Amino acid sequence: MPEDLEMLEHFTNQEYKYGFVSEIESESIAKGLNEETIRILSQKKLEPLWMLEWRLKAFAHWQKMEEPRWANVKFDPINYQDIVYYSAPKKASSPKNLDEIDPAILEMYTKLGIPIHEQEKLTGVAVDAVLDSVSVATTFKGKLADLGIIFCSFSEAVREHPELIKTFLGSVVPAGDNFYAALNSAVFSDGSFIYIPKGVRCPMELSTYFRINAQFTGQFERTLIIAEEGAYVSYLEGCTAPMRDENQLHAAVVELIAMDNAQIKYSTVQNWYPGDKQGKGGIYNFVTKRGLCKGVHSKISWTQVETGSAITWKYPGCILQGDHSVGEFYSVALTNHFQQADTGTKMIHIGKNTSSTIVSKGISAGFGQNSYRGQVKILKSATHARNFSQCDSLLIGDKCGAHTFPYIEVKNSTAQVEHEATTSKIGEDQIFYLNQRGISTEDAVSMIVNGFCKQVLGELPMEFAVEAQKLLGVSLEGSVG
Amino acid sequence: MLSIKNLYASVEGHEILKGINLEVQAGQVHAIMGPNGSGKSTLAAVLSGREGYDVTQGTVLYDGKDLLELAPEERAREGLFLAFQYPVEIPGVNTSYFLRTALNEIRKHHGKESISSVKFLQLIREKLKMVEMDEKFLKRSVNEGFSGGEKKRNEVLQMAVLEPRLAVLDETDSGLDIDALKIVANGVNMLRHENNAFIVITHYQRLLNYIVPDFVHVLYQGKIVRSGDKDLALHLEDYGYDWIKESNETKD
Repeated sequence: MPEDLEMLEHFTNQEYKYGFVSEIESESIAKGLNEETIRILSQKKLEPLWMLEWRLKAFAHWQKMEEPRWANVKFDPINYQDIVYYSAPKKASSPKNLDEIDPAILEMYTKLGIPIHEQEKLTGVAVDAVLDSVSVATTFKGKLADLGIIFCSFSEAVREHPELIKTFLGSVVPAGDNFYAALNSAVFSDGSFIYIPKGVRCPMELSTYFRINAQFTGQFERTLIIAEEGAYVSYLEGCTAPMRDENQLHAAVVELIAMDNAQIKYSTVQNWYPGDKQGKGGIYNFVTKRGLCKGVHSKISWTQVETGSAITWKYPGCILQGDHSVGEFYSVALTNHFQQADTGTKMIHIGKNTSSTIVSKGISAGFGQNSYRGQVKILKSATHARNFSQCDSLLIGDKCGAHTFPYIEVKNSTAQVEHEATTSKIGEDQIFYLNQRGISTEDAVSMIVNGFCKQVLGELPMEFAVEAQKLLGVSLEGSVG
Repeated sequence: MLSIKNLYASVEGHEILKGINLEVQAGQVHAIMGPNGSGKSTLAAVLSGREGYDVTQGTVLYDGKDLLELAPEERAREGLFLAFQYPVEIPGVNTSYFLRTALNEIRKHHGKESISSVKFLQLIREKLKMVEMDEKFLKRSVNEGFSGGEKKRNEVLQMAVLEPRLAVLDETDSGLDIDALKIVANGVNMLRHENNAFIVITHYQRLLNYIVPDFVHVLYQGKIVRSGDKDLALHLEDYGYDWIKESNETKD
């Protein structure tokens, strides 16, 4: 009915509220990518020679690779010579504490709703904030150091903990894993590094906020988390970017390693700039995230709420190597206007009695296209492996799309694999029912969508679940009205 | 409180209501009866502002305001409540959260502050008793997996919490066994007072044994063809709707 469509269109028209640009003096290197760029970048970061060599090897590999085209997304070819590969706020040369950080940066983080000072004191969340290419503030470092926990920027880890980096960098996502991982390996700028020693339970949520600020800049961050035997850590990343007419590339790599009985919980609230209502601009979010459950009884959980980006292309996966190890993937992906998402997970079962759970909730509105792509692979060695997958899609309006591409490969007959999928349309009946109880249409849609995603939102740390709920509401405002 | 004058309404070009007139005062209970397809549910839909129903003629005044000008949520906030014939399931939305949100929207509209969780819990516990529902219902998703009877009781629970001025019960008795029917009727009777009013839409006289109406109207082919007191319902029970059809045809 045309009236509904009008309603839907109205509701999907909400401005991106993180779209401001902050006037922060930054230092960049010229656009373009060649060996020289990588040498300059490495030099600026005061890296040791082995790091530069690692980058150059990755670069050589990347040059031989081709951009993959198998995902269910459409975009014009990217000119990799037209991107700035390093941009850093000028005053940010290794700050010792928050007082040394450019006040403009701190103000920007406050605008984003991350008052670093406040957060340090009130919430007990340790925050690392990465602006463009450099990590600008890591709070709570001292307190964590007492427990032997290392939480610092990636660059610092390269300088201060070279043995750990040399051992684990590229051990889960090899430099030549895929086109974007290779690119990242060559030019990664900064990111977070976490090391939790044996038997230590990290007492607070660790968190990083990523922000692209400078124009024509790509963001290539690198995150590495290692949980030693019996360790536990919960980590959350959030991301935003200004509104720009051109597309900006974000190609990150995240590697997680869990030893015997260790547990890593990794949560993402991704809200990069999605582009405008006509589909102009926005971030290309091409990310490789993988966790290795190396030890027995280890567990890695990925939880993601993906509301931003023009194109999202990511499959956080788990390699379940240790016997009895557990992999989990909980995802909410929302596409509105002309956003496209091709996201899901990979669960590779190697060890005995390994189990994995996949819960994916896709929401499409406007002209949004949402694809779930998931691989469950049970190798011959994985006796009594189990997987449960549930993929639900919710459609708002009649111009959007939902697609599901499950790949299941089982090489051991003792395995149990279950896959459930549903697709539903947000019902006028549901909206009217809530209206009739005094709830506005926007709030009704937000309530229905949040109900749809409840299972996933429940996996987020409490304080972020509330934020994610609001974000879903805001991202859909204007989609029904 | 409610004044319906010469109301005509159509659905997809088909005229369903053909000149309804009805006056409802505070403190009254009006029963609207009629055979299937007579327009009972259409009347409920038009009053609550459901989409897809076009009012082509007539006026509806509610407390002196033009009801038809208000959005469905505004009507609800002004105290108009519809107990649905088919309550809708909303997966993942907790019943308690939903009800508290609804109550707070209504309170906000009347310039009152939001109710605290403690006060809300006290309130809802008291109302749950009224419809003989267990507290565990509050934790379940709205109507999801509820039996027919549970859904209808949930409607009455919501009515008890939101305390509307004008409640329209759309075939709340359909699909209920006698015990559930008594519980629902009991709930309604406990909510009756001199400042509110009820329009009880039903196909059967049975419900009216428990909710005793002040007025009974018979709707037939989109018009109110008979009005009377509760005895009219008993008469219908004895003679059936054929009596209305025949007498109406002879009149024409």
